[in-house]
Amino acid sequence: MTSTQQKIQPVEGLAKHSDEELAARAKAMESILVEKGIIGTDAIDYMSSVYENEVGPQLGAQVVAKAWTDPEFKARLLADATEACKELGFSGMQGEEMTALENTPDVHHLVVCTLCSCYPWPVLGLPPNWYKYPAYRARAVRDPRGVMKEFGLDLPESVEVRVWDSSAELRYFVLPMRPEGTEGWTEEQLAGLVTRDSMIGVGDVRHPEG
Amino acid sequence: MDGIHDLGGKQGHGPVVHPDDEPVFGSAWERSVLTMFPAMALAGAFNIDQFRHGMEQIPAAEYLTSRYYEHWMHSMIHHGTHAGIFDPEELERRTQHYLAHPEEGAPKASKPELVETLKQLIPTGMDARREADIAPAFRVGDRVRVRPDASTTHTRRAGYVRGHVGEITHAHGTYVYPDSSASGLGDDPQHLYTVKFDAADLWGDEPGAANTVLHIDLWEPYLTTP
Repeated sequence: MTSTQQKIQPVEGLAKHSDEELAARAKAMESILVEKGIIGTDAIDYMSSVYENEVGPQLGAQVVAKAWTDPEFKARLLADATEACKELGFSGMQGEEMTALENTPDVHHLVVCTLCSCYPWPVLGLPPNWYKYPAYRARAVRDPRGVMKEFGLDLPESVEVRVWDSSAELRYFVLPMRPEGTEGWTEEQLAGLVTRDSMIGVGDVRHPEG
Repeated sequence: MDGIHDLGGKQGHGPVVHPDDEPVFGSAWERSVLTMFPAMALAGAFNIDQFRHGMEQIPAAEYLTSRYYEHWMHSMIHHGTHAGIFDPEELERRTQHYLAHPEEGAPKASKPELVETLKQLIPTGMDARREADIAPAFRVGDRVRVRPDASTTHTRRAGYVRGHVGEITHAHGTYVYPDSSASGLGDDPQHLYTVKFDAADLWGDEPGAANTVLHIDLWEPYLTTP
C-alpha cells in the first residue's frame, strides 16, 4: 500500500477494496464505454488535464487578490460572483452560479456540503479528499469552531461564524481578509498568500514574514 | 432518502484528516472515472440528481469506508446497468481480467467530438435555473419551518434542519427540483431559497457552534409556515 493510498482512505484501515481492485473495475468500465463509443482516451486526458493543470485554487487566489486591490471589482464580486469571475475567465461546471462570502473582523464564513461534496470547481478546482469524507461533512455544521481549530484557526467567540451548506446548485467560496503588512503588494504577490483552505473558510491566509 | 449520506451533525466520525498536500487524483483510474461523469450523462445514463441518488444507495457501512470516486463508480454502474450500457456479468468478467493483468490498460480510442463538447461544457456548465411562471410562497425575511417528514426518495432536505424554524435570507427564483428530477419526473421547477438557522436552535448549547448561524438552500416544497 502506498502512502498516498493511506492518506485518502476515509477511515484508515477499513477500506474494503484495494487500489488494485478499484483500478481493475475502472478499466472494465472504461473498456465497455470505449467500445460503445461513449468515452475516448483523448477525452479522459483532456478533462483530467484541465483539473490537474489549469483549474484549481490558484484561480480563486487571483479573484481574491484582485478584490483586495480593486474596490470596484470587489463590489462586483460581492454583488454577483459568477459575473465577476467571468471577467477573469473563470466560469463553468459546478460553479454555474457562485457567491463570494466576505470575511470581516466580526464575521467568518465556512463552506460545506453535508449531503455530498458540492464545491466551486471554476475557482477552487476539484475538492480535496477531506472535504468529501464523512468527518468534515458531519462536523462542519455542528462543530465548526472545533474543525477550524484542527486547521489551525482559533477564532474568538466574539466573531460570528456563518456556515453555508451547499445543498443546491449554488456554489459558495470565501473572500478572506487581506493580511496586514501587505500595503503596496502587487496582485500577483497577494495571490501567493491566498490558500485553498482560506477560501473554504477552514484555514487562514498566509501572513507575510516578519 | 434518509441514508448514511445525510451526515450533517452526526457524531463519531473522528477528526478531519487533512494532509497539507495531496495530488488532484490519488490514482490514475480516478482520471477516467471523473470523465465518465460527463460522458455517461451526455449518453443519457443519468442526470446529476439521479447520479447523487445512485451514491445514496451504497450500503451504509461501505459508504463510510470507500473512496470518493468509488462512490461515483457505484452510481455509474447502478445507472449504467439500468440504461443498458453495462452488463453486470460482463463487467465482473472484465474486472477479474484486469485484476489478473494489472499491467494491461483499457483499450485506447479517440472521440474528438467528446473533447470538443467538453471544451464547451467545462467553461459553461449545466445551469439548473429554469424559468417558470409560478408565484413564490415566501419572501426574504419570512420565518419558515422545514417539513419534518421522513423521505424514501432523493431529497436535499437535510436531516439536521427538518422540523426546525429558520429565516429566509435569499429568494433565488425557480430551479430544477432534485426530488422530482432524481425520480425521472422531469425538471419540475420550484422556488429555491437560502434559509438561515441559529445553531443554538439546532444543537442547543454546543461549544463548537457558539455564536454560529447556518445557511442552507431549500426548495419551496420543503417548507411550511412555522
